[in-house]
Amino acid sequence: MIKPVLLWSDALILLLLLTVAALVWLARKNDTFRAPWRQVMASRMGFVTASILAVYAGIGLLDSMHYVERLPSAPGQQAQYSGEVFSALDALLKPLRVNVEKTYSSPLATHLYAKETVQGPDGVERRDYPPLKYPGTHLLGTDKVGQDVLYLSLKSIRTGLLIGTLTTLIMLPFALSLGIAAGYFGGRIDDAIQYLYTTLNSIPGVLLIAAAVLVVQVQIEAHAEMFNTAAARSDVRLLALCAILGVTGWTGLARLLRAEALKLRELEFVQAARAFGVTDARILLRHLLPNVMHLVLISVVIDFSGLVLAEAVLSYVGVGVDPGMISFGNMINGARLELAREPVVWWQLAAAFVFMFVLVLAANLFADQVRDALDPKSRGRA
Amino acid sequence: MSGLVVENLRIEIAAGGASNPRVLKPVDGVSFEIGANECVALLGESGCGKSLTALALMRLLPDGGRVASGSVRLAEEDLFALTEAEMGEVRGGRLAMIFQEPQTSLNPVMTVAEQIDEALMAHRGLTGAAATEESLRLLESVGLGADKLDAYPFQLSGGQRQRALIAMMLAGEPEVLIADEPTTALDVTVQAQILRLLKDLQQQRGMSLLLITHDLDVAHDMADRVAVMYAGQIVEWASSDALYAAPRHPYTQKLFAVLPRLDRRGERLDSLPGRVPGPDTLFVGCRFADRCPVAFERCRVETPAFHEAAPGHFARCHLADSADESTSRRVRHAHQITPNGAHGAPYAAPLAVVLEVRDLAVHFPIRKGLLKRTIGHAKAVDGVSLQVAAGETLALVGESGCGKTTLARAILRLIEPTAGRVSLLGEPLAGLRGEALRRKRAEMQIVFQDPFSSLNPRMKVGEILAEGMAALLSLSAAAQRERVADLLNQVGLPADAVGRYPHEFSGGQRQRIAIARALAVEPKLLILDEPTSALDVSVQAQILNLLADLQQQHGLAYLFITHNLSVVSYLAHRVAVMQGGKIVEQGEAETLLTRPENAYTRLLLDSAPGRGVGS
Amino acid sequence: MLNYILRRLLYAIPILLGVNLLTFALFFMVNTPDDMARIHLGAKHVTPEAITRWKVEHGYDKPLFLNAAAAGLDKATDTLFVEKSLKLFVLDFGASDDGRDIAREIGQRMWPSLAIALPTFLVGLLAYLSFALLLVFFRGTALDTGGVILCVALMSISGLFYVIGGQYLMGKLWHWFPISGYQPGLDAWKFMVMPVLVSLIGGIGDSSRFYRALFIEEIGKDYVRTARAKGLSDLRVLFRHVLGNAMIPILTGVVVVIPRLFMGSLIIESFFGIPGLGSYTIDAIQAQDFAIVRSMVFLGSLLYIVGLVLTDISYTWADPRVRLE
Repeated sequence: MIKPVLLWSDALILLLLLTVAALVWLARKNDTFRAPWRQVMASRMGFVTASILAVYAGIGLLDSMHYVERLPSAPGQQAQYSGEVFSALDALLKPLRVNVEKTYSSPLATHLYAKETVQGPDGVERRDYPPLKYPGTHLLGTDKVGQDVLYLSLKSIRTGLLIGTLTTLIMLPFALSLGIAAGYFGGRIDDAIQYLYTTLNSIPGVLLIAAAVLVVQVQIEAHAEMFNTAAARSDVRLLALCAILGVTGWTGLARLLRAEALKLRELEFVQAARAFGVTDARILLRHLLPNVMHLVLISVVIDFSGLVLAEAVLSYVGVGVDPGMISFGNMINGARLELAREPVVWWQLAAAFVFMFVLVLAANLFADQVRDALDPKSRGRA
Repeated sequence: MSGLVVENLRIEIAAGGASNPRVLKPVDGVSFEIGANECVALLGESGCGKSLTALALMRLLPDGGRVASGSVRLAEEDLFALTEAEMGEVRGGRLAMIFQEPQTSLNPVMTVAEQIDEALMAHRGLTGAAATEESLRLLESVGLGADKLDAYPFQLSGGQRQRALIAMMLAGEPEVLIADEPTTALDVTVQAQILRLLKDLQQQRGMSLLLITHDLDVAHDMADRVAVMYAGQIVEWASSDALYAAPRHPYTQKLFAVLPRLDRRGERLDSLPGRVPGPDTLFVGCRFADRCPVAFERCRVETPAFHEAAPGHFARCHLADSADESTSRRVRHAHQITPNGAHGAPYAAPLAVVLEVRDLAVHFPIRKGLLKRTIGHAKAVDGVSLQVAAGETLALVGESGCGKTTLARAILRLIEPTAGRVSLLGEPLAGLRGEALRRKRAEMQIVFQDPFSSLNPRMKVGEILAEGMAALLSLSAAAQRERVADLLNQVGLPADAVGRYPHEFSGGQRQRIAIARALAVEPKLLILDEPTSALDVSVQAQILNLLADLQQQHGLAYLFITHNLSVVSYLAHRVAVMQGGKIVEQGEAETLLTRPENAYTRLLLDSAPGRGVGS
Repeated sequence: MLNYILRRLLYAIPILLGVNLLTFALFFMVNTPDDMARIHLGAKHVTPEAITRWKVEHGYDKPLFLNAAAAGLDKATDTLFVEKSLKLFVLDFGASDDGRDIAREIGQRMWPSLAIALPTFLVGLLAYLSFALLLVFFRGTALDTGGVILCVALMSISGLFYVIGGQYLMGKLWHWFPISGYQPGLDAWKFMVMPVLVSLIGGIGDSSRFYRALFIEEIGKDYVRTARAKGLSDLRVLFRHVLGNAMIPILTGVVVVIPRLFMGSLIIESFFGIPGLGSYTIDAIQAQDFAIVRSMVFLGSLLYIVGLVLTDISYTWADPRVRLE
């Protein structure tokens, strides 16, 4: 028996999916909206990168359907559930998840990586490589505590995608409203918003994030009773990280949108609307917003890869996701020191490298295609 | 021989990207020649391939474009056979080129002297004092003083920049100078000066000049021979005198017929239906056949040869050889001259005054110093008074920066005037707020110059037309739809335009949409801010006719802002001339245009092209 | 010009005040001194007395904004906000939570930071610009396409891998340089080369592609066509015209970071064990030493604003249209 669990991040992913689906549905017949996407998908590069991203997204989504297992209990007793939260991906990868070795083993190895004192069949103790419990099943080897590296890599995907997408979701309202308002209204409003983003910008990015994460961390520790599972705890920390990245990261896009709004408000179709006495709110919604959406989309796809990379660095600094959460940053961090060993433990790093590289490269190349399709000015620039 | 000979030039442009590769042929078999000390004009509407032809001669085609075939010989030397390094010596040396946009054609971070010196160094090996001396001489020859030597482009006016650019191009002592719409971006008075300068330079230096222009009057003033281009080909090629006396190609004849002028007041302008076919069109027969009033069966199947119809007069038309007068008359009479609904129709007794402006002023503060204190004001509009009656067209004429657009926006209360009074149908606008102002807005509307930026690209035409109604009229959804359909019909657009986006329409069609949008709220006053300046002459005629019809039907008052004097003389009942924020002369059109009293008005009228390059 | 700089510096005051308020809010209101004491004392030693003692020892025992107990002006000044935040304005950084003088630490640690950051910045700028110019000169050819693909691939790799790869290859496998550490004086270069090289390689993809895009955009402009119509060689057009105009957007991104070079790079310094301000900050973050973090935030903001003013001044040099008044 299982019971589905909706973590906060799952709920936000659901919200994100619904928003995107609604937008697509609303714009399905709008040719100006569809044409650039058709162009992206028509190019070989666009199609291949979009497919790769779709596979990653699929894995991430599977990993976002969470549940807890019912513990065996006596009949009549109230159902008890395990404190450990699993996902659909965990269920699919169950053999990988449960076939845990004692410590490091190289890809497809049959024996552990280090010699240990083992008892031979004859009962004599000697130093040798102990055999694995599940020899030849670990495609990418195992880590320090014997977890399958392939499993870890696949689980890291959700974390990376979440940082890349939720941050944007949180950042967009700030960037859109403040950037467009500053450009359209000008005057005092513009001064105030410019002050706000100059102030935020002036603080070194990592430091601001670090400070905020530290504060959040203290708060979580102070209110530990609110989070009943380890998953919920690291989930909140992840969301807090996204929120912090979002709140500190809107300035770049806002600046871009401010400049664009400044240009647009002088354009004649906006002047014509004003000559009709159309309200500011309606002008912002009907005339400005749709005409900056291409910039927003371009910046969203471009920011995505940067955020995935940022997760790794922040986790290394100690202000990223929860150390207990499986992520690329934590994988790299855990494996880094093992390079000093003889022979080298390379597979964990290599796996993180490949999985991350493919994701970020696909995202970067896809972003290029999207930018070319949406922004005619950029054609041939990169 | 010296001069430039172009033979059978074809240009191809790769388009459509990797997913859908296409080859466009914007220039398809162009041949002409320029003799020594001769000025040839390459005349045509936008999109006919004239600028690409010029760039091909310089071997400066944009990325993706290439010369598919043909040859260009500069004094018997085949330019297309040269290596890139050899061509570098020709470019800016024996063959030079000036461009349309003086604002952007100069390097903003280098002084004029530095930019001239580069060319002197490259082509004549001059450096140091010798170069400075020569730069000075060049600047003098284009009418700029020594003080402009160390000036940066942003410190120069548009005309001065164009002069500086000419000086740079003269540095290599060219045999042939190509001028690509050199005065299109300039005011008329400056245009006259630059054209005069080009003509003088050409004659003094014994240079050949290839002038690329869309303006028939400019071509007439400047050129010895004229080549008329249409859809990537030259359709007529003759001496200027012969061409302007008796054009032989129906397209050329139409171009003349659609021009608004003083002597056509009260007449409906001839129009040229349809639009120039794009460079991806596959042609069978004559390229002009679809729009030609005298086309017949043969035109649709057989491509007319480019042949000598009369001595020295070439045309690409099956009818070019027949008695020239008769075709010309047939072309002209293919449309009915209807005095009804035309502009400048005899001006009846003044009707109700719709707009009255008294001593209107718009001042912008200039701030300076540590605390950004206001230290003065820029007086964009400085005490303007005028009035427009129902059914009347008042033309507001002035050059860029004279304050005419600011005046329009102040009348509409898009910017707040500093002083003065604007009344609409007798009711002052100042102080109106909220609902009262909104009601008033329905009575005055505006049509802008640029048909591309005046329509929101993300809204459907139906939504664009309904926007004003939704804001100002309380109509049911059904009534709105009905009115949108009616408006489209009035401005001559198909009913299915409702569901389409602006980018699917041509410039002229967009301007029709913009007019329909303004009409949607049933205004009494229409401010037309250069509504035809961005359009080709054939389209301009259609729009002017439409405006005349609408004025007739609705008794609209027009405040027509323009710099184009031939349009003014064709359509205005009264004219106000604006300079430096003030109205310097105002009066009945015919009187003012024929017997101007103000010196500036006279200068404007004398500068208008089509009167020969005065000296 | 002087007028302008004065105005900009006046404008800096509200910004720095804003920065201060923000960090103050983060550190003292969301995260009270009591919380801090608890963390520093560790779970076992948390007693109300111990917390009070810790707060007194570290100067966190005052009220946040208003000291009702004090007399006169002290009501407003003898508070945490004035003591811990406003004093930063006169560059009085105070002591870290473990009792050391922060200003002295900064004075000592900025030199190693600068030793790494300055060469990285200078060599990097030169290398990235040259690479971008090379690609642009050969635009449209296979070299350009290959270069851009290389750039995208390089920028798709996490910076951590460059560090790890560099240390493994140059340090462990080839024994070219020590894997980490720093020594002042003549031997410093041995410790500098690898961090600088790694930073350079890590940045080449992003920067070169950006510069290339800037150049390509400039090349499309009318004045370049004019320059070519004058018969100038491609090389001259590129260096004299395109580079000259592209300097304006390039300076926007480049000059603003110069003052902050003092603060070093967090990642590089901590990976390579450089005793600079970057690793100082990281250590402070990991030790949750808020006094240091606060000081570094303030210092960073201050240097950023200096950078903005420098950027504006540099425009006057690159763009004749800009006059500061």
